[in-house]
Amino acid sequence: MNLKRTLENIENQFEMFQILNEEGEIVNEDFMPDLSDEDLKEIMRRMVYTRILDQRSIALNRQGRLGFYAPTAGQEASQLGSQFALEKEDFILPGYRDVPQLIWHGLPLYQAFLFSRGHHKGNQMPEGVNAVSPQIIIGAQITQTAGVGLGYKKRGENAVAITYTGDGGASQGDFYEGINFAGAFGAQAIFVVQNNRFAISVPVEKQSAAQTIAQKAVAAGIEGIQVDGMDVLAVYAATKDARERAVNGEGPTLIETLTYRYGPHTMAGDDPTRYRTEDEDNEWEKKDPIVRFRKFLEAKGLWSEEEENELIEKTKEEIKAAVKEADNTPKQTVTDLIGIMHEELPSNLKEQMEEYKEKESK
Amino acid sequence: MAQMTMIQAITDAMRTELKNDENVLVFGEDVGQNGGVFRATEGLQKEFGEDRVFDTPLAESGIGGMSIGLALTGFRPVPEIQFFGFVYEVMDAISGQMARYRYRSGGTRPMPITVRSPFGGGVHTPELHADSLEGLMAQQPGLRVVIPSNPYDAKGLLISSIRNNDPVIFLEHMKLYRSFREEVPEEEYTVDLDKAAVKREGTDVTLVAYGAMVHSSLKAAEELEKDGISAEVIDLRTVSPVDYETILESVKKTNRAVVVQEAQKQAGIAANVVSEIQEKAILHLEAPVLRVAAPDTVYAFTQAEEVWLPNHNTIVEKVNDVMNF
Repeated sequence: MNLKRTLENIENQFEMFQILNEEGEIVNEDFMPDLSDEDLKEIMRRMVYTRILDQRSIALNRQGRLGFYAPTAGQEASQLGSQFALEKEDFILPGYRDVPQLIWHGLPLYQAFLFSRGHHKGNQMPEGVNAVSPQIIIGAQITQTAGVGLGYKKRGENAVAITYTGDGGASQGDFYEGINFAGAFGAQAIFVVQNNRFAISVPVEKQSAAQTIAQKAVAAGIEGIQVDGMDVLAVYAATKDARERAVNGEGPTLIETLTYRYGPHTMAGDDPTRYRTEDEDNEWEKKDPIVRFRKFLEAKGLWSEEEENELIEKTKEEIKAAVKEADNTPKQTVTDLIGIMHEELPSNLKEQMEEYKEKESK
Repeated sequence: MAQMTMIQAITDAMRTELKNDENVLVFGEDVGQNGGVFRATEGLQKEFGEDRVFDTPLAESGIGGMSIGLALTGFRPVPEIQFFGFVYEVMDAISGQMARYRYRSGGTRPMPITVRSPFGGGVHTPELHADSLEGLMAQQPGLRVVIPSNPYDAKGLLISSIRNNDPVIFLEHMKLYRSFREEVPEEEYTVDLDKAAVKREGTDVTLVAYGAMVHSSLKAAEELEKDGISAEVIDLRTVSPVDYETILESVKKTNRAVVVQEAQKQAGIAANVVSEIQEKAILHLEAPVLRVAAPDTVYAFTQAEEVWLPNHNTIVEKVNDVMNF
């Protein structure tokens, strides 16, 4: 008997998967995904757009013009590389930082702003957009993803459910229940853990004795992979592969992306200098997903400074227009809220509806 | 017509809806092969196949979350929580999630889930099996809480619940599962949600109850009759939302009321009913509205159970207090 045996080789087994290194060089040619030049440029456009959106959202929040906001800078490759591997019919169950994936899946930007402001219209996915609003409870979406993935399997759909959480989320009971249910039922599901190293302030080392989050897949009997979450090609390739296997009946996958959020946890007063060093910030900024992808595209002659500047200006205009549209949406009323709790109003709410109609008509 | 126990009527309701709608799925711990620990799903897997009636891993939060995911893909899940005392394990999935999904989708996504679960005292179960936790559920906006007191209502209410596009917590009192049989139509029928039933007409006092306490109230009414007190008995059937119209109509006639619940006294359904009566009918009252409830302790399993649980005697005592006020 050798009790040490269990974990002996675990780090090698879950060695980080990378295609594009920090210098923008392909280091894993065998796994280079089959993407057209136009696809590659589209991925870059989405990452730049999302970085600008993050900067503008932070500014809008500081001006009091946005509600709840969780910054995304640093995580673009994890968020958008995985989303780019999806098809329209795939179902996204996001965490609260995963608004960019919703936008690229079809949620209009002005609605994302309304979500941030707590307006119910921000939660209405347009027809054909398979997604739910960002989840606030850490990990609650993971068991639901097992259910959507099982539903797709039962219906014989050529589609997957994909969910996102963070390194802290991988400590929740719902994480273990969700991946275990998905494995037991062969759900068509992908579980993405964006390991950005901090659950608000608590470092990942304090979350678990597990050397990787990816290895947690083993206990659920499903596939797991650790990916360089700053490498958009690696995230894309891993998600694409997980998707194919899921729809082919080969079971769900857990993907851990190693990433970093440059900003605070949310805009509600978190101060990262209390728990992170400047050195660590600098070290991760060297791995930046946009910087390395830009180098890669420039070497291929697919990207230029002018193109990027043009894109940035266009993005800023789009954001401005979306803010305006959100501003022009009539404010959320209590009457609206009462009306969307049930299909048919129960008697208690009928009475309260009358009361608030009267109040809000004044 | 057939003679059925309440559990048979519940099985029959699920069979009816499994037949009617291919989107209905029945699942939970021991629900498939074993037919449920109380045999509520007896024979259903055999009849409808493992794809539609199935066992789940032993994890209540997983069952709740998976139900939501299935509802998001158009199914009508009927999960079982093996005993309602285990609901704490699935509180977020129920109260934080399924109850809020219609709201959280801006009113666009239905959540047609019926969570079935046995509860209730008097059958000598271990800790955290018998507790009456309907008050916890009733506090959550977006949920309906249904508690049948007899086989006929159980079938009709369960069919209505499964067909409803909002989540329903359907609580089945264990003591009533096999305590008596009654005529239940074999064909399908529904009993309206959110509607109370007058189980016995009376003129002197209104007894409001639900679940097993309906039977204790009816027994109390019989005893009171011997003393010349005519009690009207109302079975709430849906405890959230409460059908106050039926209660108020009765109280305006009898001018007295006692509200009975098996749950602990604090913050329960009975407190809600009392408040509403005094808000809407205080000038009709000849006496304060009293409550019959269990003491504010954890459930007294199993030696002190008989004293802890309210019964027809405690109801008669409270009615006498109200009559002699």
